[in-house]
Amino acid sequence: MSAGPKISARNVAKTYGDMTVLERLNLDVEEGAFCTIVGASGCGKSTFLRMLLSQETPSRGRIELDGAPLPGEPTSDRGIVFQKYSVFPHLTVEDNLILAREFERSRLFGRSFGSSRKAARAEIDDTLEKIGLGSARLKYPAQLSGGMQQRLAIAQALLKRPKVLLLDEPFGALDPGIRADMHDLLLGLWEELQMTVFMVTHDIREAFKLGTRILVFDKIRHDPQAPDAYGATITYDLPLTRKDAGPPPELAGLAMNADTSTGASA
Amino acid sequence: MFPPDGRTEVFFVRIINRKPSRVTSITLTALPFVATIGAYALASHYRRLDNPADKLLPSLQQMGETFWRMAFVPDKRSGDLLLWLDTYDSLCRLGMGMGAATILALSLGILIGFIPHARSTLAPYIATFSLIPPITILPILFIIFGLGETSKIMLIVVGTAPVMIRSVSQEVMNIPRELIIKAETLGASVLQMIFRVVLPQTLPKLVNAMRLGLVPAWIFLISAEAIASTSGLGYRIFLVRRYLAMDVILPYVVWITLLAFIIDRLLLLLSKRAFPWHHLGGESL
Repeated sequence: MSAGPKISARNVAKTYGDMTVLERLNLDVEEGAFCTIVGASGCGKSTFLRMLLSQETPSRGRIELDGAPLPGEPTSDRGIVFQKYSVFPHLTVEDNLILAREFERSRLFGRSFGSSRKAARAEIDDTLEKIGLGSARLKYPAQLSGGMQQRLAIAQALLKRPKVLLLDEPFGALDPGIRADMHDLLLGLWEELQMTVFMVTHDIREAFKLGTRILVFDKIRHDPQAPDAYGATITYDLPLTRKDAGPPPELAGLAMNADTSTGASA
Repeated sequence: MFPPDGRTEVFFVRIINRKPSRVTSITLTALPFVATIGAYALASHYRRLDNPADKLLPSLQQMGETFWRMAFVPDKRSGDLLLWLDTYDSLCRLGMGMGAATILALSLGILIGFIPHARSTLAPYIATFSLIPPITILPILFIIFGLGETSKIMLIVVGTAPVMIRSVSQEVMNIPRELIIKAETLGASVLQMIFRVVLPQTLPKLVNAMRLGLVPAWIFLISAEAIASTSGLGYRIFLVRRYLAMDVILPYVVWITLLAFIIDRLLLLLSKRAFPWHHLGGESL
């Protein structure tokens, strides 16, 4: 099982009515890869990520995880961090982090009490220190900064030790300085936990900095009479080494596009 | 920036950006109330100049005396303190009706909002049911449940529950999908998601739905009491109407309004105490 790819997509397409978003998508990703996914707005990057999460199903083709078809719904083998709404606003920081444990221990209602809860809260001390939220453990997410919320979201997504971590523009709303800290945290966790990571981003520099492999989504077929007839697919699939300072010349134009589309969608 | 003589510069600010000071705010709040009472006192005064025995606009003093008598002097016939008896009976009916409506709203609202099959089964049915004018069901309730407490409570339930159910189901559907998916990736079962994600996110909205539901609840309570009852605030008002006893009716209306206001504020306070995370941002009415 470990010899084969972790995730493989075979001829995957996604259509909504007459509109084709993705088509002819083929991909094999080995275990432990850090795939960054870039492309213009509306070219199906997030759709692909949602299919990896089983939030949506491919219209054609199939996606396999460890050689078996993906489950039909989100499960604990794949963790997810969204750009927003990623943590539970009604739970304090520490309760957000013990929730997965409570689900495991209290099968019926998912709520632990008394000493069991106290023990669960003690278990997360290290995690809280690692993400720098030790002093904020009793705060609600709305009382945290955007960067702190996303650190909490990442820590929460990793509670079940998922083999695959999916990130949908997780740092899109953060300041550049805070982003750099988040990159360090994320890379540290990735190396420590040996996960396979898929990360959608608008920031091409971020994609090159973090990824071991970059996937560029774009439309290659255009029908001027029916702009929605053809979908996007993976147009570039480049392995990266960490020393790459930035995008190679042939992708410089794309970098510009990606930047402008970030501005447009912001 | 500042003028040399130390005066701070006065900027003209559009009215949407001007906030009243605390004193101004309290004054403005009191203004319409004081104006209403003043206008009433004036009208009552001139009416009683023409006819000292006028019943339509009794003086404030007369109403105060009557209210005191209703509250603290035992009734000659029954020996009860009528105001407290009426208040107690009405609040019991209101509480039981609202309690039942709230339980229905929470359970059905979560089912409809969270489980697509339940939504297909129940949402159109409840939408249809909510279009029936509740008061038209009152005769049916009287026939089925008799003239006792049950039919009055049922009227309140019928009048408030459908709207509250719809409001709660909508709120459940408005929970960001991301949170549900997150719970799924943390290994939650459906029941666990309901108890740890959906229910806590819905409860503050449920309190809101209760506050809005109280308005029709009072209407149907007073209606039911007016039509068939031997006690209650609505019963008393419609009873003394026969004697043109405005000195009872008007204080009772003010009393009912005060009760409604207090219940509303208590619910808001409950929401702020029990769900602090829900009130972390923004003003609320």
